[in-house]
Amino acid sequence: MADKDIALMAHLMRRAGFGESREELEARVAKGYEATVEELLHPEEQTPVDRLDLLRYHPWTWKPGTLSGMGASEWLHTMINTQRPLEEKMTLFWHQVFATGVSKIDHYDELVDQTALFREKGMGDYRELLLSLAKDPAMIYWLDNCDNHADAVNENWGRELLELFSMGVGNYTEEDVREASRAFTGWTISPKLPRGPLGRFDWYFEYNEWDHDDTEKTFLGQTGNFNGDDIIDIICQDPATARFVARHLYNFFVADEPQVPAWSVTPPNDPEAIDLLAKTFIDSNYDLTPVLRVLFNSEFFKNARFAKIKSHAEVVVSTLRLAGGFEFPAPGLGNLSRQPGYMGQELLNPPSVEGWHTGTEWINSGSLMSRINFTADMVSDVSRPGIQKIIGRLRDQGELSPEGFVDTCLDLMGPLDVNQGARQELVDHAAATGQLRWGTDDNVSTSTGRVTEMLQLVVSLRDYQHA
Amino acid sequence: MTSTKKDPVLVVLQMSGGNDYANCVIRYNDPLYRDNRRVVGIPEEEVLQLDGEVGLHPSMGPMRDLYNQGRLAIVHGVGYPDSPRSHFRSMDIWHTCEPDKLGTEGWLGRATREIDPNKENIVTAVSFGPSMFRALAYPGVPVACVGNLDNYGMLPGVTQEEQRGRILDRFSRMYSPAIGSGAVDDYLGQIGLDCLAGADILKVAPQNYTSSVEYADTSIARKLKGIAQIHTAGLGTRIFYCDHGSFDTHANQLGSHAALWTDVSTAVENFFDDLREHDAADNVVMLMFTEFGRRLRDNGSGTDHGAGGVAFAVGDPVKGGQYSEYPSMKAEDLQQGDLVPNIDFRGLYSTFLEDWLGLDAKPIVEGAFEKPKFLG
Repeated sequence: MADKDIALMAHLMRRAGFGESREELEARVAKGYEATVEELLHPEEQTPVDRLDLLRYHPWTWKPGTLSGMGASEWLHTMINTQRPLEEKMTLFWHQVFATGVSKIDHYDELVDQTALFREKGMGDYRELLLSLAKDPAMIYWLDNCDNHADAVNENWGRELLELFSMGVGNYTEEDVREASRAFTGWTISPKLPRGPLGRFDWYFEYNEWDHDDTEKTFLGQTGNFNGDDIIDIICQDPATARFVARHLYNFFVADEPQVPAWSVTPPNDPEAIDLLAKTFIDSNYDLTPVLRVLFNSEFFKNARFAKIKSHAEVVVSTLRLAGGFEFPAPGLGNLSRQPGYMGQELLNPPSVEGWHTGTEWINSGSLMSRINFTADMVSDVSRPGIQKIIGRLRDQGELSPEGFVDTCLDLMGPLDVNQGARQELVDHAAATGQLRWGTDDNVSTSTGRVTEMLQLVVSLRDYQHA
Repeated sequence: MTSTKKDPVLVVLQMSGGNDYANCVIRYNDPLYRDNRRVVGIPEEEVLQLDGEVGLHPSMGPMRDLYNQGRLAIVHGVGYPDSPRSHFRSMDIWHTCEPDKLGTEGWLGRATREIDPNKENIVTAVSFGPSMFRALAYPGVPVACVGNLDNYGMLPGVTQEEQRGRILDRFSRMYSPAIGSGAVDDYLGQIGLDCLAGADILKVAPQNYTSSVEYADTSIARKLKGIAQIHTAGLGTRIFYCDHGSFDTHANQLGSHAALWTDVSTAVENFFDDLREHDAADNVVMLMFTEFGRRLRDNGSGTDHGAGGVAFAVGDPVKGGQYSEYPSMKAEDLQQGDLVPNIDFRGLYSTFLEDWLGLDAKPIVEGAFEKPKFLG
């Protein structure tokens, strides 16, 4: 099995999933790259994570309500254990785009439902996804469409639909914002009843015809007695929408772009790639799966290795997957689900509807320290099966030179592309701490310590912060 | 250059979520207060009266003591025009002083750059929290972000000191500017070295610290204790930032708001007692703010997002008392049911920037605003 095939497969699985162990990568390489892409694009063919198994041990994950900071526990468990990695990665993608947070919703149940929506529809018809989003109770409350009335228009949802969710600044006028908002009057949620003793009553989408402005509207040059679904249809006829979604997909899956608010003034890093993705999106009548197929099979994707800074969620989930042993929903799941938040990406609680700033903005002194400390703790836990496997593979190679030791670690942790100067530092470190020997119990204990120390250095590398 | 004069230090305590002004500084004998707060009103006999008109929430005993000592300034009716009533947008505006566009530079990031333009001290600004507050963001300005000072540092999980030293030594070599290619690596390299150096500097703070003050066992008390430890260690930190919350009391406000203020008031009292014990209170001023006040009329259980709010300035150098005016509660004077701010938060900031930190406020807050004169 050629190393370059493993490296390419590792790249695909870091981006289209949350990273995979060497054993999983080898199995995928045996199937082939394109076959793996097809498998990723058809999550329905893989068994879903057993929700009942989780509920048996963590019943509170069903309707976590106002359980402080714990609402993303089920999602974290799913991200770690899913056999449908792209489905879960797209769920994270849409959460970062359609950023909705518990700080205003004040209740996790609706946000958990929203992620379920992304999971169900996030790889299908984008028009259908937007329409479902417009009816999503969390989104309606988050952007105040429940306060958008025929006689008192609230533009919050109408504006963000255009600005952040579909077209991007510069492709519509203030008048279009107004008209789109009017079309969504009467799209609301069931009456908000006072909390009962066991929490809040569920919210449901409601369409109040009596509160809908049914008069004529002119939106993006078209005139009619539009309702909300008409607005979404018109949005999806505009090529700006395809380009905006293409740019988001590129930024998330391929390489870091400037922050979203700058897109109206900063051209894409790779305009041809955006053109190709946008054209595919239009040709497929806004079906996302063909776009993802083109993206993952493209040369620009395959050549974009380590061209992104990992998000904190990617750091946490990929490290837990690497270390292994998180299949069983053990106690402590709630705390694990808060780890991305300690780094600055609290799942289900983005800082605003703008979502998180990505790329290098993931990193500040506190977040870098948290990332390194978390990953270093995980890779030094020799009780973890994934770490044991790495140690086992090193041991199988017998006595290793410092170069061989370092290169094997870099290979098993990725394979990672590491700057030559940094690699030399690791080699010097390995040389200074001595040879790995496995002959006696003392040897094993000392060498195991050397391996975990090396793994700690590897996850501390700048290179490891890249995906 | 040596000087016996201590540099002024600013501590910001952000009350996230929207602290309810009307139930924090209470117009207890105003019938309009009673009319609007039928469920979440505070009975007159429980209010901690300050003068004939206003009093503090019953959980704010330590704040009342500070007021009576002349160390607490209450700034009424703080805000800005056209409150969006969104936590994030509003907090962004407070952080960046940009009410009309999306700002990325924080007011204290700008202030830190002015205080230490050559980055001579990488702990000039210290932030307590999991992520950085946008108020402190400014390109190239280092900010030490501390979760918990007791285990702050690189690789606390490596307990063997010799091994830890060996790994961190290698870390600093791996992050050297000589290694790396391109802007992203350079940026990561700088952050990595900043956090290593910051951790080295900050780790001495708890080691050298003793105090007879026993802080309460709350998250805000732990943060303020960490700030006291760093401040009394004399590390040259000029700006500290921390937050507490959530003050977003839409429901069950009576209990939750009381608990929040018990925690905050007690922690603030512990903090200043601690500083005084260390003869380190005379150069510290604290700003306590929130992103907005809450709707005047209660919703039967709590209160919804509003506009005008209240801010506090605390410390020995503060000229205690009340500044600006309590906004009118008359129905015709409310905007969308909310108290209308009558002093711009950028004026409040300007007081701290100019009359405390000795900086020119105009380029930092982007304009000239009326300053409440509680300092200088």
